[in-house]
Amino acid sequence: MTRGRLLSLQFLIAVITLLAWHLATTVPIGGVTLLPPFFFSNPVDVAARIFKWFAEGTIWKHLWVTLIEAMLAFVIGSVAGVLIGFWFAQQPRVAAVFDPYVKAINALPRVVLAPIFTLWFGLGIWSKVALGVTLVFFIVFFNVYQGVKEVSPTVLANARMLGMNDRQLMRHVYWPSALSWMFSSLHTSVGFAVVGAVVGEYLGSAAGLGYIIQQAEGVFDVAGVFAGMFVLAAFVIAIDWLVTLTENRLLVWRPVAAETRTQA
Amino acid sequence: MSNGASGAEAHSRTTAVALSDVNITFRLADSGSYTAVEGASLEVADGEFVAIVGPTGCGKSTLLNVTAGLFPPSQGRVDIFGANLAGLNRQSGYLFQSEALFPWKTALENVAIGLETAGTPQSEARARAQDWLTRVGLGHFGPRYPHMLSGGQRKRVGLAQVLIRDPKILLMDEPFGPLDAQTRQIMGNLLLDLWSADRKAVMFVTHDLEEAIALSDRVVIMSAGPAARIIGDWRVPLTRPRDTAEVKLDPEFHRLHRDIWQTLKAEVMKGYEQTGGG
Repeated sequence: MTRGRLLSLQFLIAVITLLAWHLATTVPIGGVTLLPPFFFSNPVDVAARIFKWFAEGTIWKHLWVTLIEAMLAFVIGSVAGVLIGFWFAQQPRVAAVFDPYVKAINALPRVVLAPIFTLWFGLGIWSKVALGVTLVFFIVFFNVYQGVKEVSPTVLANARMLGMNDRQLMRHVYWPSALSWMFSSLHTSVGFAVVGAVVGEYLGSAAGLGYIIQQAEGVFDVAGVFAGMFVLAAFVIAIDWLVTLTENRLLVWRPVAAETRTQA
Repeated sequence: MSNGASGAEAHSRTTAVALSDVNITFRLADSGSYTAVEGASLEVADGEFVAIVGPTGCGKSTLLNVTAGLFPPSQGRVDIFGANLAGLNRQSGYLFQSEALFPWKTALENVAIGLETAGTPQSEARARAQDWLTRVGLGHFGPRYPHMLSGGQRKRVGLAQVLIRDPKILLMDEPFGPLDAQTRQIMGNLLLDLWSADRKAVMFVTHDLEEAIALSDRVVIMSAGPAARIIGDWRVPLTRPRDTAEVKLDPEFHRLHRDIWQTLKAEVMKGYEQTGGG
């Protein structure tokens, strides 16, 4: 499929969905509106709301807050995940001792932590950052741990035969291997950083995309809820696109990344 | 077993590798143990090219790993240039059977790394790596990552990566095993070419008897595992320089091949029976 054809088909899906939504919410069939506008709003109202937010400029503040929270959660979660992942992989005994606790904490739905974080860190950005960190940390941690563990024994033996000491092994073998695993999960971890921020805002805050959606819901402003969701979706897609760009730069040595690069 | 010119020459030199009564036993997960190699004694003179041939799974690679110092023998001694080996064998270079290049480094970086770890400044290491890439016929492939190279090209990079460190002993574990027949022949000639420049001691493990005779000064045969032993040692009287394809037409090559194959065949059949292959 050519790029133009693909794009037009993707566009077609959006048009059909919006059209169906619009007809179902505004044109009565046999005296009954299929989707009551009170519960489903309609595309025109939602578009008008999004336009109003950007025209008045009120949305920027919320986007900025969510972005900052997500970025802080990503950076703190990643750094902690890399450090502890490396430590555990190098110290199998430590890993074995902590194993059940790591699994237990990871199995916990993070939403239940949100109220505690709000108590500890207040209603500002830090309670949201904390929530995001608990999500990002485990993804990065598991990937780095795996990356260090799964270094090919032959590559490792080769590195030793080429005269590498422990420090050089770390720098030339373990570190690149762990990073490649971490970067391969970059989409997931960045996505979870945003989820942590938005869910945190939704459960109690004074700004951010989650806050807008929650406020609109509180007054049955369905157009506001949908508008918030669309802005959030666009926001996540934009971030995901940035991640793809970064990834293609950092993982040139990988077969898949290289193919994507030559296509671009 | 007649002595060829190169064999006699090798005899007068110092001993590079001496394995004395080496036993290698692995402990298995189910608390049993598996003896891979038993009572192996082998001497490789400095500058001598020795091929080790045996059926699949006979512990050839294990013997090589012990010589490399990747793990110690369960019993017996390993001496490298007269000194007992403890830990890694720093005087040897090892070309592995499976992929051993660093996938996150370019061909050039892969070749240069062995010098950089030894403290050579990066610019000098890179310049010498470029030289080596040219010598193995990959002068223009420096910026490529391993996955962008063919299997044969990766082996060439591997060869340059090992040789740039100028090891006194070269250990090779079926290095050309995964390659197609033509590429193997080309790689064999390249190896002989590079080797003849400064004649290092070589231990070349293979299961291909023809390849072994074509390349080496001596062919050592191992029995089928478990508890594999060295059961034969032939000198290869063929003259050098050799072409690995042409040498196979030499009547002496055929005589030797027939001779060695009689011993090897029985072991190969035993090996098949044990592994259920064949």
